[in-house]
Amino acid sequence: MLGKDLLGLYDTSAEDILSILDTAVGMKKLLTQNLKKLPHLQGRTVTTLFYENSTRTRCSFELAAKYLGAGTVNVSASSSSVQKGETLIDTGYTLDAMKNDVIVIRHPMGGAPHLLAKHVRASVINAGDGMNEHPTQALLDFYTMREKFGGFQGLKVAILGDIKHSRVAKSNVFGLKKLGAEVCLFAPGTLMPQGVERLGAKVARSREEALAGANVVMGLRIQLERMHGGLFPSLAEYSQYYGVGEDFLRFADKDCIVMHPGPVNRGVEFTSDVIDAPNSKITEQVLNGVAVRMALLFLLIKNRQGGEKNE
Amino acid sequence: MPEERLLMDGAAIGRMLARLSHEIVEKNKGTQDLCLVGIRRRGEFVARRIGAQIEKFYGDCVPCAGIDIGLYRDDLVSSFFVPDARANSLGFSIDGKSVVLCDDVLHTGRSVRAAIEAIFDLGRPACVRLLVLCDRGGREIPVSPDFVGKNIPASRRELIDVRLLEIEGEDSIGISLKE
Amino acid sequence: MNRLLVRGGTVVFSDHCTVCDILIEDGKIVQIAHCIEAEGATVLDASGLHVFPGLIDMHVHLREPGFEYKEDIASGSAAAVRGGFTQVCCMPNTQPVCDNAAVVGYIVARAKEVGLCKVRPIGAITVGEAGERLAEIGKMKQAGAVAISDDGKPVSDARMMRLAMEYASDFAMLCLSHCEDRSLADGGVVNEGYNSTLAGLKGIPRAAEEIMIAREILLAETLGKHVHICHVSTRGGVQLLREAKARGVAVTAETCPHYFTLTDDLILSYDANTKVNPPLREAADVAAIREGLRDGTIDCIVTDHAPHHRDEKMVEYNLAAFGISGLETSFSLSYTALVRAGILTLNELVEKMSANPARILGLEGGSLQEGMCADLMLADLDAEYKIDSKTFVSRGKNTPFNGRFVYGKVKYTIVDGQIKFCDEKN
Repeated sequence: MLGKDLLGLYDTSAEDILSILDTAVGMKKLLTQNLKKLPHLQGRTVTTLFYENSTRTRCSFELAAKYLGAGTVNVSASSSSVQKGETLIDTGYTLDAMKNDVIVIRHPMGGAPHLLAKHVRASVINAGDGMNEHPTQALLDFYTMREKFGGFQGLKVAILGDIKHSRVAKSNVFGLKKLGAEVCLFAPGTLMPQGVERLGAKVARSREEALAGANVVMGLRIQLERMHGGLFPSLAEYSQYYGVGEDFLRFADKDCIVMHPGPVNRGVEFTSDVIDAPNSKITEQVLNGVAVRMALLFLLIKNRQGGEKNE
Repeated sequence: MPEERLLMDGAAIGRMLARLSHEIVEKNKGTQDLCLVGIRRRGEFVARRIGAQIEKFYGDCVPCAGIDIGLYRDDLVSSFFVPDARANSLGFSIDGKSVVLCDDVLHTGRSVRAAIEAIFDLGRPACVRLLVLCDRGGREIPVSPDFVGKNIPASRRELIDVRLLEIEGEDSIGISLKE
Repeated sequence: MNRLLVRGGTVVFSDHCTVCDILIEDGKIVQIAHCIEAEGATVLDASGLHVFPGLIDMHVHLREPGFEYKEDIASGSAAAVRGGFTQVCCMPNTQPVCDNAAVVGYIVARAKEVGLCKVRPIGAITVGEAGERLAEIGKMKQAGAVAISDDGKPVSDARMMRLAMEYASDFAMLCLSHCEDRSLADGGVVNEGYNSTLAGLKGIPRAAEEIMIAREILLAETLGKHVHICHVSTRGGVQLLREAKARGVAVTAETCPHYFTLTDDLILSYDANTKVNPPLREAADVAAIREGLRDGTIDCIVTDHAPHHRDEKMVEYNLAAFGISGLETSFSLSYTALVRAGILTLNELVEKMSANPARILGLEGGSLQEGMCADLMLADLDAEYKIDSKTFVSRGKNTPFNGRFVYGKVKYTIVDGQIKFCDEKN
C-alpha cells in the first residue's frame, strides 16, 4: 500500500506502481476529453519546492494538482540557498505550519526528499533528487510502455545516454525490474555508474547490442556540463558513437517505440528523423505525465484520508 | 430470484409518453425555445422518445441531447473514485431556452442536482423543468418533478426496474424486492 | 604522599593477563604484585574488572580553538576519559590552524587547566594546512607537539610531502598522512560502488585513498624515512601496507572502529551520521581491515573523533559534515568486534590502542610496568550496554552506532594516579 510519500521506486512495490498506472488510465481518459475538473483535492494545497530549474516537471505537477482542484504554491529556491539560507528541514517545518498538504520536491542532492519526508507531516513526492531517483518520470514512462504493449513481462527496454547522472534511468531500472521487463543500458564508460549489473540491468557493449530486439528505445539527455567536466570530448563525437539515428533503430524491434524524458538535444541523443518518427512517443509522454501525476496525488491523498479523520 | 410485479407494459408506457409530451407543450405554451436534455444513459432515451412524440403531435423538431453527470456527482470526494465521465456537448445552445431535464426514475434527487450543475456549466437556460417516468419517493434533497409519468411510492427494499426498448428490447416497468 | 592501590583486577600486560594489585604513588606505578599491603593507601576494588594501560588515541579532533560549538578541550577531554583514554593527540585543523608554537602552546596549557587526560597536539605540516610551505616544525615540537599532519587537507603536492618527511625527521617528528587524492575524490561523499549508485550519491573511489598510500610508501621507501598512514579504510590500502612492511619500509598505519564494524549499506538511510572521510566501505574492505589488524599490518586503532554540531548533520547528505564522534564508543566497539569475535587477543587490543601509539609517537605510557606513569583504564568486559549518544559527554552526538549493543564498559580512568573518570553506576 502506497505510504505517506513517494520517494523512489526502489522501495515501491510492483502492486503500487500498477495501481498508480491503473488510476492514471481514468485520468488520461478525462484529460483527452479536456475534462480538467475533478474535485478530489479541493481544499488541499500542493507546494512545488524546486531547488533546481525544471519548467516541464513543475508545470506537469502544478497542472495535475489544479485539475484535481488543489491549490498550488510554487517555491523556487535558487541552488545557492541550499547552502546558505534556511535549512531544508526548517523549510519543511514552515510549509507544515502553513497547513500545506503535499510537497513536491526537486533537489540537486540525492536523499533530500527522504530527509524532508522524515520531518514533515505533509506527503512528500520526489520530483528528482540529484543522481538518485525521479519516480514520476519513470511512472509516466511505464504508462507509455503499457499503453503501447499492454504489459511489461518480457518487454525489452534499451536506455542509452548518461546513465551515471540519470535519476530517470535509475527509477526506470528499479521499476522495470519489478514489473518483469528487461533493461539494457548503454553509455560511454565515463557515464556508466558502478554496480549497475547488480541493480538487475544488462550493460551493453555497443549500440547494436543494446538495441537488439528492443521494444522501447529510451534516450537520456546529455548535459553540456558533463562535456565541460571532461566526461566525453564533444557532442559531435557523442552523437557519432553513442547517439541513435534511423540507421541504428533498425536493430530494434520493428514495432518499437522511442522515448525520451526531454528536453531532447536534437542530433545528439537522437537524430531528428527518430524524434519525429510516428513511433516516437516523446510528446505523448508529456500528456501521460500529467495523468500519472494526477493519479499519484489522488492516491496519496486518498490513502491519507482515513488516517486524518482520526487525527 | 425475487418475484417481480409488472406495473406498466409497453402500451401503457406509450400512452404515458404521449401524455407527458402534451403536458410539456401545454406548460410551455407551444414548442418554442423548448429543448430536452436527458441524464445519461436512460434519461437520454427518454428525452429522445419525448422529442419524437412532440414532433409527431406538433410537427416541430425539438432539440434533444444526453448529458453526463459523472463529474458532478456529490460522492466523488467522499468515496474517492475516478468517474468514467464523458465531456458534455449538447450540439445546441441552451441559453435562454426552456430545458426539460429527463430521467427514468426519480429517487433521492442527487442525480438531478448534479445534472442541473452540469446544465449550468453549459449555459444559462430561461428555466429548467424536470420530467421523470416514475417518481418512487425517498428524496434526500428538495427536488420536485414538473412532469411525472407515474408515482410509484416504493420502500428502500424495493427495486423499480425501468426497461426501455433501446436498451432491454422492451418497454416496461416492474417492481421487485431487492435481493 | 598520594597512594592508590588498585586491588584484585585482572591486569592486562603485553603478553598475558594476571590477577594482581597495582600500587601507585605520586602518579607513578611503584609496584605490581600479588596481594600488596599498603597502609594508608586509598584502595580501589578492581575485582571483576580488567586493568589496562591507559588508552592512547593518536587521532582526534578537539576543535579548540575556533570550533568550540562542536567541541572544546574540556568536553573532548571528558569524552576521552569516559572512553578510557588517558592520552589523546589532537589534529591541527582548528581555527586558527595549529601550525605554530603559539597555538600548540595554547592547547597544551588549556589541556593542563582542564586536567583530565593528557592532550598532545599534532602540528600542521604546512602553514594553514595549505600545502604550500612548511610550518615551523621545530618550534612546534618545542612547544609540545608530538607529530605533524595536514589531516583533513591532504598534502596533494608530492614534493611538499617529501620535504616534510625529510625536514621533520631532523626533529624526530613523524608525518601522519591523511591519504586522499582530492582530484579523484572529486567532491564525493560516500564509497564509490553499488551502494553509491543505489543511493544516487557521489562516490569516492578506493583508489583516491590507495594512490596516496602508495605515494607515501614510495616516498618513505625512497627517503628511508618513517611515515604513518591515517585511518586506512580499503582492502587495497591494507594490501599496499602489508607489502611495504614485508619489504621493510618504515610505515605504520591506523584504522578506526567504524572501518571494521560498518559497511556502506548504512548510507542508504541517508543518515548523515554515516558520513565520514574516508567513507564507509564494503564488506570485503571490513574483512580486510580486520585481517590487517590481526596480522599486524595495521598498528593502531584510533577514533578520528570528529565531533560536529547537530545542525551540521541535520541537512542533506551532501551538505553534512564528515565525521563520527568516536571517543566514547571506541573501546567497547573494538573489544566487541575484535576480541570477542576472536580476531585479536586482549593483549593485542591493548597493543593497538595503547602500546603502539605510544611507541610510534614516543609517548609515555602504553604498558603497565613499575616505574611508569600511572595511566590506567579499568573496564568491565562482561558488561553489555546499549550505546546512547544522548549520554555522550562530548558535544558531538554524531554517531552511527546509536542503539547498538556492545560489551566492555569503561569503569575507571586513571591519569597520573588520579581517578579522572568513574562510571557513576559503581
